[in-house]
Amino acid sequence: MLLIRCPYCEEERPELEFRNAGEAHIARSANMAGESDDDFEKFFFIRSNPKGIIYERWRHIHGCARFFNAVRDTVTDKFVMTYKAGEPKPSKLPGAVK
Amino acid sequence: MSGAFRIPSAGRLSQAKTARFSFDGQSYTGIEGDTLASALLANGVHLVGRSFKYHRPRGFLSAGAEEPNALVQIERDAARKAPNIRATVQELYDGLVASSQNRWPSLAFDVGAVNDIASPLFSAGFYYKTFMWPKAAWKSLYEPKIRAAAGLGVSPDKPDPDHYSSRYAHCDVLVLGGGAAGIAAALAAAETGARVILADEHADFGGSLRFETGAKIDGQDGYGWAQAAIAKLKGMDNVRVLSRTTAFGYYAQNFVGLVERVSDHLQSPGHDLPRERLWQVRAKRVVLATGSIERHMVFADNDRPGIMLASAARIYLNHYGVAVGKNVGVYTANDSAYAAAIDLKKAGVNIAAIVDLRDHPTGPVIDEARALGIEINFGRAVIRAGGKLRVTSMTVQPKNGGGERTIPVDAILMSAGWTPSVHLFSQSRGKVAFNDETKRFVPGIYAQDCVSVGACNGTDGLSASIDEAYAAGAKAAKDAGAKTAKGTKPKVDASESWSRGMLGAAPGAGPDKTVKAFVDFQNDVTAKDIRQAVHEGMRSIEHVKRFTTNGMATDQGKTSNMHGLAIAAETLGKPIPEVGLTTFRAPYTPVTFGAIVSHARGPLFDPTRKTAIHPWAEAHGAVFEDVGQWKRAWYFPKAGEDMHAAVDRECVAVRTNAGLFDASTLGKIEVVGPDAAKFMELLYTNPWEKLEPGRCRYGIMLREDGFIYDDGVVGRLAPDRFHVTTTTGGAPRVMNHMEDYLQTEFPHLNVWLTSITEQWAVIAVQGPKSRDIIAPLVEGIDMSDGALPHMSVREGKICGVPTRLFRMSFTGERGFEVNVPADYGQAVWEALWAEGQKHGATAYGTEAMHVLRAEKGYIIVGQDTDGTVTPNDAGLDWAVGKKKTDFVGIRGLTRPDLVAKGRKQLVGLKTKDPKVVLEEGAQIVADPKQAIPMKMIGHVTSSYWSQNCGRSIALALVAGGRDRMGETLYVPMPNGVIEVEITGMVFFDETGGRLNG
Ligand SMILES: [Zn+2]
Repeated sequence: MLLIRCPYCEEERPELEFRNAGEAHIARSANMAGESDDDFEKFFFIRSNPKGIIYERWRHIHGCARFFNAVRDTVTDKFVMTYKAGEPKPSKLPGAVK
Repeated sequence: MSGAFRIPSAGRLSQAKTARFSFDGQSYTGIEGDTLASALLANGVHLVGRSFKYHRPRGFLSAGAEEPNALVQIERDAARKAPNIRATVQELYDGLVASSQNRWPSLAFDVGAVNDIASPLFSAGFYYKTFMWPKAAWKSLYEPKIRAAAGLGVSPDKPDPDHYSSRYAHCDVLVLGGGAAGIAAALAAAETGARVILADEHADFGGSLRFETGAKIDGQDGYGWAQAAIAKLKGMDNVRVLSRTTAFGYYAQNFVGLVERVSDHLQSPGHDLPRERLWQVRAKRVVLATGSIERHMVFADNDRPGIMLASAARIYLNHYGVAVGKNVGVYTANDSAYAAAIDLKKAGVNIAAIVDLRDHPTGPVIDEARALGIEINFGRAVIRAGGKLRVTSMTVQPKNGGGERTIPVDAILMSAGWTPSVHLFSQSRGKVAFNDETKRFVPGIYAQDCVSVGACNGTDGLSASIDEAYAAGAKAAKDAGAKTAKGTKPKVDASESWSRGMLGAAPGAGPDKTVKAFVDFQNDVTAKDIRQAVHEGMRSIEHVKRFTTNGMATDQGKTSNMHGLAIAAETLGKPIPEVGLTTFRAPYTPVTFGAIVSHARGPLFDPTRKTAIHPWAEAHGAVFEDVGQWKRAWYFPKAGEDMHAAVDRECVAVRTNAGLFDASTLGKIEVVGPDAAKFMELLYTNPWEKLEPGRCRYGIMLREDGFIYDDGVVGRLAPDRFHVTTTTGGAPRVMNHMEDYLQTEFPHLNVWLTSITEQWAVIAVQGPKSRDIIAPLVEGIDMSDGALPHMSVREGKICGVPTRLFRMSFTGERGFEVNVPADYGQAVWEALWAEGQKHGATAYGTEAMHVLRAEKGYIIVGQDTDGTVTPNDAGLDWAVGKKKTDFVGIRGLTRPDLVAKGRKQLVGLKTKDPKVVLEEGAQIVADPKQAIPMKMIGHVTSSYWSQNCGRSIALALVAGGRDRMGETLYVPMPNGVIEVEITGMVFFDETGGRLNG
């Protein structure tokens, strides 16, 4: 069972307390009704599914209930880092994972 | 005397404590402390099983967890029948009943042994080749036959009466393996004050010290030192010592799963003790001291009962006081088997000969064996074993060919060398490295905070192992944050040491031979099978493994993997590391489902949610249905009523007088804050800003794709407070959906969300007499139609307790939903019930609720919608705010497919024969005479008998349904085609007058 660090609780907690909530950094348009078909497709349907580093949303659902973002390596299943919702996508990752 | 092969002067068990047991119906006597294997061997019993594929007679290969052959069935009583128990691990208790597996009619005469003669049929890959055609024969013929013939014991056919427990634990240092290295590491770590857990799979600690008579540590014999050290560790507050505990899985971030066998070794465990206990340990550091496993020699008929690993014979002698034969042969490629021969010889057992593949080995054990007068043959191979149910001879030949000589024996001890147990290291995702000099895989690159010590690390010799382990234990504790050790390192005074050996098939089982020289005993894989796999094109060891099933049995190839790999490498003409080692996976040894499931079964499998009114419903004979985790009253049958009759009566009573319904399971969320209305505008399709406090509205929630996600009535209690209801099943996901948007997309809104489902009990009172029933109990609320119209909400008191009283209806009748704090739910229900009795009210359940709402065409999200239905499809366009510029789903609704013509729309269906009730899920076609497969244009979503309408009613999703009003469509069923007419969705009181009736 993985330990995941909740950036709000500032603690590593067991995986059972968390729930994945899909890919991160996909912003909802401020002018949603005016989006083109292509833009809506990108927003709603297209996901990156990388082999390696993925940026995704998690919720500490059985803890503080906050949504936050995490960087995870899909090959090793290791969490590289976690950060609060609304914070920018980190430009540098700790541990220099390629 | 506990068996003719017991040697009173040998072993550590007390002869006085005997234990009676039976095997295949025959009674025997053993000694407390025996394993089933040692007790059978003491009685001269070697034949204990038949092999999986060829049904060959098999005996004990080992004395431990690596055992591939000696799998037996242990039966305590009718419900406690455990198959595939390794007799080498099962501890003896008085009264133990065991039987052999995979034989019919008896162990000595097994009809299935014809497979041995017909073995060309069963060679490598036979599963893939033989049973390919015809496909249908798999189910009816091949699979049942194979399963019957290849039985590995019989599963119990009753529920497991035992209980299992589960614990989480945290520690600084977890030491896995309680041999010399593990104990030394645990001592070093424990002396720092660090929290230490030490686990070993055996009943007693010591590992190979249990048989290595040559070891002396701190002035004591090795085994005595180990027991003293364990006693010391057990006395320390910071140490937990777990025996009979197998670390079966090594997971991410030093999370290790262990199973402790708590009571399988006890005669009458009683119900206080669990059978097994699952330990889930999170360790800051892990020390792997898992030792090594001896390999067998691969030669013709090396599986005959009586042929076993040399170290096994030694442990049977030195620990259990059992001689494995009277005239024993030895076949080896390294020194360690000599020690077994020496110990047996000293105990009075004749050693017929030692056959050593090596040409000119030298060393103290060889000198000692020679001095004891044991015949030693260098440079020779055992090319064949004689005998069938028990080995009777070994045939020896110079390894490069020449004259054969057959030596009579009743047992053969073999040793091809030792394989480091890197299973847990490999599971931790560490990468093993091949040491070309010693021809073994040892831990290479670590992936986690762990360290390997002793034999599992390829460290040879007791002294070097203890040095390494002691230092590693101290370092692990320090790395975990502890102080420096203040103890003293154990001092090795004398030890045994050996290494090397050989991999692969021995001479006499080479590529030119067609003999059965077994590599994997449990899956009956021979050297020839592995060569055949290579010849048939398998190149990677992973493919060879799957094609031959080498190493894929329950022993996971603990003795066979390296041999199999070496033979494949030799056949491919490649070095071993290029062929690669297969990955080790959890579990190390089989784990019972009981241990994993633990207490989470039966009523504890999943939480059961009951409403405050549940006891009343139970007392009044309700039949319950499961709705998610909730128990809901389904209907309330009176004496002599079936479900149909009860539901008809309940439905009529509601429309005639009134009905009471427990709606407490309805999801309820309070949306509060200055921006509550703005938030509601974004989360629901409807407009909310202008909804007056005190009024309600039916809300629809979409996903971003435009499909209906949930619905429910929302009451505005104040400008900044909404009481939102959701479907019973949808409450948690709606809450999650709302939180998601509030936290991540609309964090600027000042809103708080609170789940209040459990806080409010809800009593629906519906029907023409509903107001008459409620009014006398209510304080502070004007119940007149003018003051409390349909779709409004008031706060006040009922029966003296606070209420949120909703005027709303899910039946089409004048109706109310009385919300009261859950603690008062049953009391208020009883008061309303008493009042209702004056007005002919009845209690109704979820089934009547479903019928009544369908009579009015009210949808149920998840039944009449399926995640692909838009508000327009459901005829609910009126609930979408046309002037709104944003809400979740607004863009999805305008996607091309969602506005296209011909979408499935929700409509009513009337069967031409009013007595016929359609099946929910039944498909609808326009032309029943068309060829199969027919074009299906829709399906039935809801269907009931309506006593109020005097006919059947149904809702359906039909392509272009609203343009087909009055059309006749068809529902083809196995017993004939049903004619239906498309109608509107409202079957009862189309004008809605009864809402104020
Ligand atoms: Zn948290």
